[in-house]
Amino acid sequence: MSRSRSHIHIRSIALLLAVMFWSQSALAHPVKGQAVGFLTGFLHPISGLDHVLAMVAVGLWGAQLGAPAIWLLPVAFPIVMAFGGMLGLMGVPLPGTEIGIAASAIMLGALVMFEIRPPLIVAGLVVSFFAIFHGHAHGSELPPGQDALLFSIGFVIATGCLHAVGISIGLIHKWPWGQRALRMAGASVAIAGLFFMWKVFA
Amino acid sequence: MSKRTPIRSRLLLFLAVLLLLAMFPPHAEAHLNSTGLGPVYDGLLHFLLSPEDLLPVLALARRAGQRGADYGRRAMFVLPIAWFLGGLAGLVTKASGSAALTCISFLLLGGLLAANARISLRATTILALLVGLIHGYLNGSGMGQPATGALALLGLVFAVFVLVAIAAAFVVQLRQPWTRIAVRVVGSWIAASGLLMLGWATRKG
Repeated sequence: MSRSRSHIHIRSIALLLAVMFWSQSALAHPVKGQAVGFLTGFLHPISGLDHVLAMVAVGLWGAQLGAPAIWLLPVAFPIVMAFGGMLGLMGVPLPGTEIGIAASAIMLGALVMFEIRPPLIVAGLVVSFFAIFHGHAHGSELPPGQDALLFSIGFVIATGCLHAVGISIGLIHKWPWGQRALRMAGASVAIAGLFFMWKVFA
Repeated sequence: MSKRTPIRSRLLLFLAVLLLLAMFPPHAEAHLNSTGLGPVYDGLLHFLLSPEDLLPVLALARRAGQRGADYGRRAMFVLPIAWFLGGLAGLVTKASGSAALTCISFLLLGGLLAANARISLRATTILALLVGLIHGYLNGSGMGQPATGALALLGLVFAVFVLVAIAAAFVVQLRQPWTRIAVRVVGSWIAASGLLMLGWATRKG
């Protein structure tokens, strides 16, 4: 073994040992499920592929449209989605939630695929319309007994992170090959949406 | 006996120090009720670990920072004073507050931050006053003994002052457009959390 590799090896072991000794406090009795609440909330939006694809597609479309849509859509989506979540939590029924979610993947995927550029207000309304279905589905499924605030914060942050992923990927739009890649990504989301729709009616 | 290489000697020394440290573990903090540093630090830590208070203060401070240094300075002084007065009122009356008030402050402050609303200095002052009084009252009514409660309130108010100063100053100096947009995105997240909390508060079953 060379001297430099030996150095790396020893440092790795030392780091590992140091991390092992730097143990955290046990969270055996979290107050009102606080520790669990944030993690459950954070994992909730990313646990379903239909939600993930739709939210990433919002980011992709925003990146294609450019300013100000690139930031307006991710600002509008969480608020309207939370409104849908509130309706779900309050027990207000919303017919065709699953159809709306599948349709959102088809529609948003198609918008990215064809790089459609409607006026800003129309883009905002399209995204907001589908956000209500996603929010309602989440709101109806929220588990009881969790810390409401930390669950909500985790839930909203995860949604925002999914948009950020979409926007980050969408930054390749400035290159010609990137524009083609984004259109292909949009087509993939739309195809996945068709599959979700088929599952709803199957 | 072969001579030890410098690396091996250092590794042995490192392991010895680690083993020594392992022999003196800290206390487990599974039942952390107080910092052990007295009521002032308990109050300070309580604020920093309570998102229901922390996020509205952050939203208000950033909102003030969005509008400029004058707004930030006004919020920096009005909010802690109002918080302290509200806390004292809560300590005396001990009446429990409503969770809906927290939801409303999340919605209002997050919404204003997201919308980059152009509110006047007077309106900012009134807003800081209301938020301070309401959250201070909720804090004060939840505290135990009046004597230690007042000290905890002092620590809490100090934390509010420092946080408003840092958060507002941070936003005031932002120049890149995307950084100011990021501040608005955070506002939308706070408002969205408030909406969801409102749903939780009225949840059936």
